Formats: sequence, C-alpha cells, structure tokens
Amino acid sequence: MAQRHDPRLPILAERDLGKTPVIECKKLGIDFGGLTAVDDFNITVGQTEIAGLIGPNGAGKTTIFNLLTKVYLPTRGSMYLNGSDTRDMNTIAANRAGIARTFQNIRLFKELTVLENVLVGLHNKMSYKLPEAVLRLPSYWREERKTREKALDLLSIFDMQDLHGAKAGSLPYGSQRRLEIVRALATDPIILLLDEPAAGMNPSETGELMKNIIKIRDTFHIAVLLIEHDMHLVMNVCEVVGVLNYGRLIAKGSPKEIQDDPLVIEAYLGKKGET
Amino acid sequence: MKALTLKMPVRYAINTVLLALLLLAGSALLSAGVFGRAQTSVIMQIGVYIILAVSLNVATGYLGQLPLGHAGFMAVGAYAGAILWKALPEGSLSAVAGIIFGGITAAVFGLIIGIPALRLKGDYLAIITLGFGEIIRIAIVNLSGITGGAPGLKKIPKYSNFTLVYICVILTCVIIHMFMKSRHGRAILSIRENEIAAESCGVNTTYYKVMAFTASAFFAGIAGTLYAGNQGIIAPSEFGFLKSIDILVMVVLGGMGSMIGSIVSAAVLTALPLFLQSSLKGFNDYRMIIYSLLLILVMIFKPSGLFGTYDFSLSFLIEKLGVKKSAKGEKQDGAKA
Amino acid sequence: MQFLSQLINGLQLGSIYALVALGYSMVYGIIMLLNFAHGDIIMVGGYLAMLAIGAGVAPAFAVMISIFGCTILAVIIEKGAYKPLRSAPRLSLLITAIGVSLLLQNLALLIFSANAKPFPGTSILPSGSVSIGGLSIGTTAIITIVVSVVSMAALTLVVQKTKIGKAMRAVSEDTEAAQLMGIPVDLIISVTFAIGSALAGIGSILFCCRYPLLTPTMGSMLGLKAFIAAVLGGIGSIPGAVVGGFAIGLAEVFVNSVGLSTWTDAVVFGILIIVLLARPSGFFGRPMVEKV
Repeated sequence: MAQRHDPRLPILAERDLGKTPVIECKKLGIDFGGLTAVDDFNITVGQTEIAGLIGPNGAGKTTIFNLLTKVYLPTRGSMYLNGSDTRDMNTIAANRAGIARTFQNIRLFKELTVLENVLVGLHNKMSYKLPEAVLRLPSYWREERKTREKALDLLSIFDMQDLHGAKAGSLPYGSQRRLEIVRALATDPIILLLDEPAAGMNPSETGELMKNIIKIRDTFHIAVLLIEHDMHLVMNVCEVVGVLNYGRLIAKGSPKEIQDDPLVIEAYLGKKGET
Repeated sequence: MKALTLKMPVRYAINTVLLALLLLAGSALLSAGVFGRAQTSVIMQIGVYIILAVSLNVATGYLGQLPLGHAGFMAVGAYAGAILWKALPEGSLSAVAGIIFGGITAAVFGLIIGIPALRLKGDYLAIITLGFGEIIRIAIVNLSGITGGAPGLKKIPKYSNFTLVYICVILTCVIIHMFMKSRHGRAILSIRENEIAAESCGVNTTYYKVMAFTASAFFAGIAGTLYAGNQGIIAPSEFGFLKSIDILVMVVLGGMGSMIGSIVSAAVLTALPLFLQSSLKGFNDYRMIIYSLLLILVMIFKPSGLFGTYDFSLSFLIEKLGVKKSAKGEKQDGAKA
Repeated sequence: MQFLSQLINGLQLGSIYALVALGYSMVYGIIMLLNFAHGDIIMVGGYLAMLAIGAGVAPAFAVMISIFGCTILAVIIEKGAYKPLRSAPRLSLLITAIGVSLLLQNLALLIFSANAKPFPGTSILPSGSVSIGGLSIGTTAIITIVVSVVSMAALTLVVQKTKIGKAMRAVSEDTEAAQLMGIPVDLIISVTFAIGSALAGIGSILFCCRYPLLTPTMGSMLGLKAFIAAVLGGIGSIPGAVVGGFAIGLAEVFVNSVGLSTWTDAVVFGILIIVLLARPSGFFGRPMVEKV
C-alpha cells in the first residue's frame, strides 16, 4: 500500500494500532423523516490511524460525522468510542470522551480573537470556578496564564501564534480552516475528524496540509478521520479509505485496493479526472 | 509586549482609586446641595437603568438571546426587596439585606424560567420570556394580599441613596466584567457565536446559557429593589412589556455586547426624556415613536450600535494618554472584548 | 345550553385567532421571523374601517379599503424594514419587527389618542340572532365562523393548487434552492406578507365587530395570542393554525366562564409554555433540524 506514496512524506510503516479501536461503528444508521440517509455503516479506526471517507456529494459523509459527534442521534446501530458505548452521550460528552471535529462550512467564533477561539477549545482544561474568576484569585491568574501559553503553543503548529489577536472572522479562508483544526486539537482528542480540510485551498496549501495532518498524528498520537474530495490528499495520507454511496459503505480498504475496486470506479472514481 | 502596557494589578489599583474618587466627588456634590430633590432622583434612576441595561446585555449582547421579560425580573426584585424591607426594622443592614434578597429572588425566578426557556431558540425564547414576564405581572396584580394588587405597594422605605446606588452600579459592572473575562465568559460568547461549534468544543451550552440568564435576572432584581427604594411606591403596571422594551432599546443602541455602550445609552436615555420633558413640550408623546424608529434604523444601518462590541476601562484611558507616541502596543485583557 | 353557547363563543373567537395565526405562520415559515407587527396591522385595519365608514363610505367598500390597506401596509413594512435585513442575524430582524410594532402603536396613539373609539360594527355585520332549538346564536358569530372557514379553505387551495402557492412552499423549504430554480424569492416573500395581512384584515373586521372598541394597543395582545395559536398548531402549517386558533379561543372562553377572567392571559401564556416544552413543533409542525 505504500508504493504510491509521495516521496516527501514519511512512509506509513506498519504500526501498532492498539488493541481497542478508537472508533468502532456497528450497523450505524439514521433516517430523516422516512428517508434513509445512512444505513449499515460499519467502520473501525485504530489508534493513530489516518482514515479517509470519500464518496460523491450527498452520499452521507457529513451525516456520518454528525452521527459520530452526536449532533444527530442514530436511528439504528451502535458506536463505541475508545471501547465505551456512546449511546447516552451528547455532543458535549462525546467531545469530552475524545472526539473533536472541524466543519465543512467553517464554524469559528468569528467575533472572538484567534487566541480566544483556541481558549474555548481549552475550556475544559481549566478548572477554576466562577467565584475564583470574579474575585480574581491566584488560581484564576495561574490557569489563565498557563492556558494562554498552551494556546499559543498549539497555534504555532500552523505558525499562527502571531495572529493571536486578530478576529477569527477576519482571517483568510485557509487560515480559518487551520484555526478550526487548532481549536479541535485544543480539546485534547483521541480522534480528530476533519470535514473537507483542503476545500478551497490551492495545491501548495494542500501539500502543506498533508504534511501537517501527518505531523499532527505523530505529535499528538491521535487518530484522524477525514472527508475529502481531493484524491491526491486522500490516496497519499490515508492508510485506510472507506467509500460511501447512497448512505452505504460500498468499499473499504487501502488506497490501492480502493483505486482498483470496480464498484468504486463505477460509483465515484469513474468520473475522476479533475482534482 | 511593550513596556507601556500596564500590568493587570496596576490597572485594577488605578480603577479602584478612580472609582473611589468619583464616589467621594458625587457624595460631596450631593451633600453640598448642588442637586435638587428631583435631580437627585434622576441620578438614582440613571443608576438603576445602568444596572438593568448592563444585566440585559449579558443575556442579549453576550449570550445572543432576546429575552423580552427583563421587566418581569425587575418586578420580582422590586417586590421581594420591598416586602422584606417593610418587614425588617429600619437600618442600613436591612437595606443591604433587602437588595440581596431582591437579587436572589429574581435569580431564582431566572433559573426556573431559564431552564425550560433556554431549550428554545431565537423567536421562541423571546415569546416565552415575554409570556413569563406577563404572567409575573398578572400574578402581582392578582395576589393583592402580598403585593398590594393593581394599586401598588406603598410606603416602601426609601433606602436608595446615592452611595448605595453607586456601589451597586459599580459592583454590577465589575462583577459582570470579571465574569465575562474568564473561561465562563468565553464559553457564553462562544454560544452566541456558534452553538454547535461550542458544543463540539465540549462547552456545556445549557449550563452556561442558564448561568448567563440567571446572572442577568439577579442584577435585574437588584435594580428592581433599588428602584422600589427610590420611588417609595411601586405598581405592577410599571413592569410591563414596554419597560422591557425600554431596557432593550438601551442595550441595542449602545451596542449589543458592549458594557460601556449599555452604560452610556442607559444614562442618556434615562436623563434625556426627563430633561426634555420640561423644556420640550409634548416630548413624551414622541418618545416611543423615536425609540421605535431608533430600533429599526440602528438594526438596518448600524446593527452593532454606537459602541459595537468595544469595551474600555478607565485605566486603558490613562494608558492611551500615556503612550500616545509609542507604536501600537499589544492590547490586553481589559482593553478588548 | 349554557355550554353550547359558550362553545359557539369560543369558536367565534377561535376562528378570528386562526385567521390571524395564518399570517404569523406563513411569514414564519418563509423567513423565520416572528412578525411582531402583524398584530398591529389588525389595529390599523380597524381604524381604517372606522374612518372609512365615518367618511360615509358604504360598509362593503369600507371593508375592502381596510383589507387592502392592511395588505399595502404589510408589503411596505416588508420592503422597508425587513428586506434590508434578509442576510442579517435573526436577532436583528426580530428587534426590527418589535420596532415596527411599537412604531405603528405609537403613531396610532398620536393620531387617535389612547381613548377607546367605538367601532361601527353594526353597520357592517347585522346584529340579531338565529334561534335553533331554543339556542340563540348571534348572526355575528355565524358570519365570523363562516367567513373564516371560507377564507382558510381559499388559502389552502391557493397554497396547494396554484403556481404561486407552489413557489411559496418551495421558498419556505429552501430559499436558496428556490432562487436557483428561478423562483423570484423577493416577490414570493412579498406575496406571502400580502396574503397573510389580507387575512389579518378580514380578521380585524370580524374582531372589531365582536369587540367594537378600538385602541392603539388592541392588536398586540390579539397578535400574541394568535401567534401562540400558530405555535400550538405547529408553525408553518395551515391546518395547524386553524386547530391552534380554535383551541386558544375555546380555552379563553372557558377560563372566562369559570370566573377566572383576570388570569386569562396568564393561562394562554401557560399553554404556550407547556406546548413549547412538551412538543415544540406543535400539533402539526415538523421538527426543525439545523443543517450542520
């Protein structure tokens, strides 16, 4: 599976993906008013694995992200996060259990600064209570200072630490996408979901992003699940790829296997040729 | 970091000294008899409305919701505080007890109303809070045994004096400022900005919505008690929907999300009608027309209000004066929302 | 007998609420706005009819003037105050609607003063009653119920069967997609306001015939209750608005008849609160799912 790799990228050697998968979905499905959007969705993502989800528009990829993050509740099936059942979790609990995401249509806190966006991501890493904040007790100062440094550290992954005072909404598109990733990382996840991270990026930005996705995985030792239309990115970064069509997983395997799968070629890659 | 940016403890010290000086100056002016009885009452009213506007700004400007029952919380505070005042022996301890009681009772109502109401969004939240505000008013009218009914509650001890109102205004502003510049405040702002993103960052949105809403009600209750202590008589008709709108106009005009905006517009909009009333005949007939036009025009042409989300502090002013020549320093905590 | 006449009473009031509720429901369905000014348009309709009849216009024409006036006013409001805010946050739009409502009320206050003005209801709808098996029913009540039912049936036909109705449904489903399909969205929104306010105009006449006193603030409580009816039935649903209207009308008459009239408004708001908490989408509404 490594033969098509971009030589600039580190070769994804066989790694120990852990005994318990980070995410395991069993027969996950959801209906919207009688219409089945996703059905019989099974997937496992191992620790520190980079997985991709591809498929034509409207295939249900983002719906899967919304199911994984509990924005939508599944009609059928079950999902395990690091071995524990997520049945009773809401979006907040899912995040606290280790799942973080970005959004296809960027959802930053636009009127807040870049730093504040990351600080909201670090919200649960602070523990001072309301009275401590109102009275400005030492615990407030200590934690705020520590968290601020942590936030600047995280921003430095994308070299954005100097932008910390800018309003998030004023950033260029690519930086907004990067900031969203930093904010998601700030919540200290075990798996990061990226919804079309390369959308709207030029080829050189995409190349940078590819390196960074691998760097993030290696630095934070987390798994990554991404939705992407950019086949170059998917085929070179992902170790395993799932193909979704009409809400069903029609193929699953290494990038090479996927490229050769006749079903996939028919449903999706058949109309490849552009990006 | 430029050397000219003041350290936070220094800022706090400067602010404290400035505020204390203001208090002394105000009390001196009042005791010297510069202001007549009516003007003193206006000054007190300004204080009450500042608290009301600043507290509504928490729910509207910071949390991004539109509660239309703020006058209801004010009424709860006014009646609870006034009833306790009447029951307690006269004394400054009773005065403080009444204010705290008014605030806490309003906060309890805020909690009871907030938990169900905040499950809803936007227009639904507006209408449900409007409904609760009306229910509170109707209940006050009907429970005449405790509240004095429609004619009102009379003979309330007039505890509200300049010092008391001033201290309450300052405490309200300081507490809300400290609250908003903390992880709790950022959580509230993040809900306003994008609720789904806030949840996906692990922010317990329901908890923080209720927190903001309850805090908003608490300070409205304090303002209500102070109002009762200034008027000496309160009637349920004063706390209707239109009062809620009055407060909303102040927040919108000042700029939703700007504390200084709320303070300035509350002061101006409270004082102006009272002064114009005497000089400009019939001004009151046009007041609501002007208000409603202001609401529409501000929303269409300058939705951020006069001050946007800009916040400033007294020490920042001094900093500005002191560092005029320097290059753009790094703005810190206190200077920016 | 007592019960039956109360029932008719409730149906009369309820059918007025239903007519007004339809306006709220349609506007909410299409631009997601609680149009606070809708209730005040009813007030304007009442004053217009009063002025027209006072000027010697034939009652039938006075009614037309009133309905037409409401329609024009609503379209002006939509174009002037709401359209500039189409892409603004919903909070801004809602505050503007409150502003428009206050503006109409206070202009009326300035022109007509706060004193209640008598409405010449009897010259529009004949007073009198029909006796059925010992039960005497006011003609006003019968006409009100009939006119409401006919108007609502006509609206249902327009929305379901005509091209413009189809366009309205498309815009409320997905404004952007409708625009891409070549539907003139701005026009459709204006038409929605116009139809909603025409119904409000009819409701206005019927309401004023029942309570023949005009005040500048008469529309706000009526409007709020009609909105509650719309929420109760499920916002965006025509049968929902009708059922909700009747439910609120009956509840109100019932509360009054057991001697708790000072609590009526509190009860209506209480119903709203319970509905919103138990079933926010109302009887017939669809739950709204935010697209992520």
